[in-house]
Amino acid sequence: MTKAAYFDLDGTLVGTSLIQPTAYYLLNQASPLKTLQRFGRALFDAPRMAVAEMQDRRNFNEILFSHFRGMTEDRIEVLSREVFEDIIRPAIYSGAHDLIRQCKEGGFKVVIVTGSLDVTTRYVTQHLGADYFIANRLEFKDGYATGKMLHPLVAGPEKAKIIVEDAHIHGYDLKKCHAYSDSFSDVPMLSVVGHAFCINPSRKLKRLAQAYRWPILDINNEPPASFRKSHSNH
Amino acid sequence: MSNHPCVVTINHQSKPRVLFSGDQLVEVDLPIGTRVIYPKPPMEPLNDVKAAIRYAINHPENSEPLFAKLKPGMKVTIAIDDLSMPLPPMAKPDIRQQMLEVVLAMLEDYAIDDIEMVVATAFHRPMKEEEIRHIVGDRIYNEYAPDRLYNHDAELPDGMVHLGTTKEGYDVEINARAAKSDLLIYLNLTFVPMNGGFKSVGTGLAGYKTLKAHHNPATLRKTKSYMDPNFTDKKSSALSSAMESIGRFINEKIDVFHIESTINNRMFAKPLDFLSKNEDDLTPMEQFGMKALIRSLKTLPQPARQAIFEKVPAPYGVIAVHAGETEAVHKLILEKCFQQLAVPVKGQSDIVIFPIPYISPYNVGAFLNPLLVSVMAEGYLYNLHRGAPLLKKGGTIIITHPCTDKFDKEQHLAYVEFFHKLLPQTRDAMELHKRFEREFSRNPAYIQMYRSGNAYHPTHPFYMWYWGENGRKHRSRVIVVGADNEYIPKILGYETARTMQEAIRMAKETAPVDPSITCFRICPLMLADVELTEEERAELDQQ
Repeated sequence: MTKAAYFDLDGTLVGTSLIQPTAYYLLNQASPLKTLQRFGRALFDAPRMAVAEMQDRRNFNEILFSHFRGMTEDRIEVLSREVFEDIIRPAIYSGAHDLIRQCKEGGFKVVIVTGSLDVTTRYVTQHLGADYFIANRLEFKDGYATGKMLHPLVAGPEKAKIIVEDAHIHGYDLKKCHAYSDSFSDVPMLSVVGHAFCINPSRKLKRLAQAYRWPILDINNEPPASFRKSHSNH
Repeated sequence: MSNHPCVVTINHQSKPRVLFSGDQLVEVDLPIGTRVIYPKPPMEPLNDVKAAIRYAINHPENSEPLFAKLKPGMKVTIAIDDLSMPLPPMAKPDIRQQMLEVVLAMLEDYAIDDIEMVVATAFHRPMKEEEIRHIVGDRIYNEYAPDRLYNHDAELPDGMVHLGTTKEGYDVEINARAAKSDLLIYLNLTFVPMNGGFKSVGTGLAGYKTLKAHHNPATLRKTKSYMDPNFTDKKSSALSSAMESIGRFINEKIDVFHIESTINNRMFAKPLDFLSKNEDDLTPMEQFGMKALIRSLKTLPQPARQAIFEKVPAPYGVIAVHAGETEAVHKLILEKCFQQLAVPVKGQSDIVIFPIPYISPYNVGAFLNPLLVSVMAEGYLYNLHRGAPLLKKGGTIIITHPCTDKFDKEQHLAYVEFFHKLLPQTRDAMELHKRFEREFSRNPAYIQMYRSGNAYHPTHPFYMWYWGENGRKHRSRVIVVGADNEYIPKILGYETARTMQEAIRMAKETAPVDPSITCFRICPLMLADVELTEEERAELDQQ
């Protein structure tokens, strides 16, 4: 195995962002009062997060995940399964399974590199048949989340560094590696591999993709059924 | 002996010739003595096409009639040629629709319900809904699509069946539904002699394992003309020999019934039909129309220019329909095809001018990208000959095309990487084949877009480059007139000239004294039936 396909998750393979799963965690606290407190605080922080998102994806992640402070590890663990089943699984793009299967058939190790939390990402990884994942991890102290992230933070330019290190560790030839993303913040990640692909790109990324001639894929829209036919019944 | 009426020699009184240059028309003054080859006038079409289809399937060639093959409850698959031919798509009703209507009615009479229709796309892009509607008609589409009328998918897991290996060692793997049917009916529209016959099932319903047997540079180097599929010269096409071997093998395993048709070359409908004519023969009204069209095309934006040609459906007329056993049917269709297309031409030329139009079989509904420009020049147009190439060995090809660096973002997704990453590394088809084809053809993103998007398979750009292989090996230079940039022709290994005069001057620098020049004045479609003297033939055989 000399090559890997690195996939961003949110917006690339699934139609969710970091916000929906996080909101699910915050809205499902031990009591209605705690739910109200946590969600209210997050709403209050929304403008700050919006500004951070525009400046640096890493700051956005840090602010977003700070709202987990004080949540117990086992609660997060239990909720993560629900987040996958209720939020992420229904939002997986129709072509995601096929694309990953084709990557594996093409001899690629499939790696999900995401700013989402590791507890949720592991279910998606398993479900999609990816080989492993690199995701953000919460810091816990005495079974409680501190609201801080463990480093390295998986976001923006850091993703590129992580991919380079991962390729080095596993002996992948970066020139032969592929990367897939929907977001402009992942341009560094797309730039370090030999083959960059944009899936359902944002307008800003689409412009860049057209300039760099990165292929643009649409794995969300179900093609008209007449296009292709499943022969499984023959 | 005098020239065929379609071969005109430029003299002092000749008007400028009007040549396609992509979706523009350019007027060029050609040197006195230049030979200009025009297509033959369209042959008279059949009066009653459906009657001809019925007659063909009831009086088939080398086969029992279709009705004799039918049994209630049997599984039947009907494969249909895709919309890559004819060019542009023919006005409704398409001949494929008419063939289907006759065949489906007969299947219904015999209480056959298990019918599926597959558009035989091979590695072409899937046809869109409106395109399938165009070739089968709304009634059939509404009744059968999507469950029983769909595109072939060469990458579908479990969608292909390995039938075995030919004695030459070719792996034969085709569409599972077709392979598991009691009867496979193939409906052909043979527009050029390269298509139809054994190529149909063995290519249209195949995938990588089988296509690689003949879609490779070694086979194409051994092919003198793609358009003489061992019909006139039994050793003219290694490509056709491989396809024939695979086709015969399939016919041994599956009951195949071919219904093959061909059409005349009436490409342009009334408002544009002057484009088919010799410029010296245009009426004043037609001259005015030609001038107005040239001027309009100069001022319109690119999509509007392409639309002018694409929106006017081609009024092709059906000139023959035959049915039965693959080889016997194809022989009759090829005879008719050559009768329409082949223009007798005496001798080869040192310099040949190929106007490159806006369309090819691989860009229906899309822009003719630079790789397809080279396919048209050194693949299609160079190979539109029988007997001998129109161009002398080592001669120069002049093409007219802007060579714009533009690729359709949906259809030609993989072409961009092939053109801008691989071709600058090497233009050697054998090296591209050995170093890059295998890995590139398995690119998961490109395969995904072939399967669920509207893209050609990632192997297709390689095949396109190989398609120009025998032309590349035969010619010495290609000079582009009217390129809007220098770097695209350079990637292709071409030179550029600002005007036709400059291109001819450049070509003469490496040509013999007083070189012969021929302009292959396409469109509509034609084929040069090149006649050589015994001396010329002996010289060609030595090369």
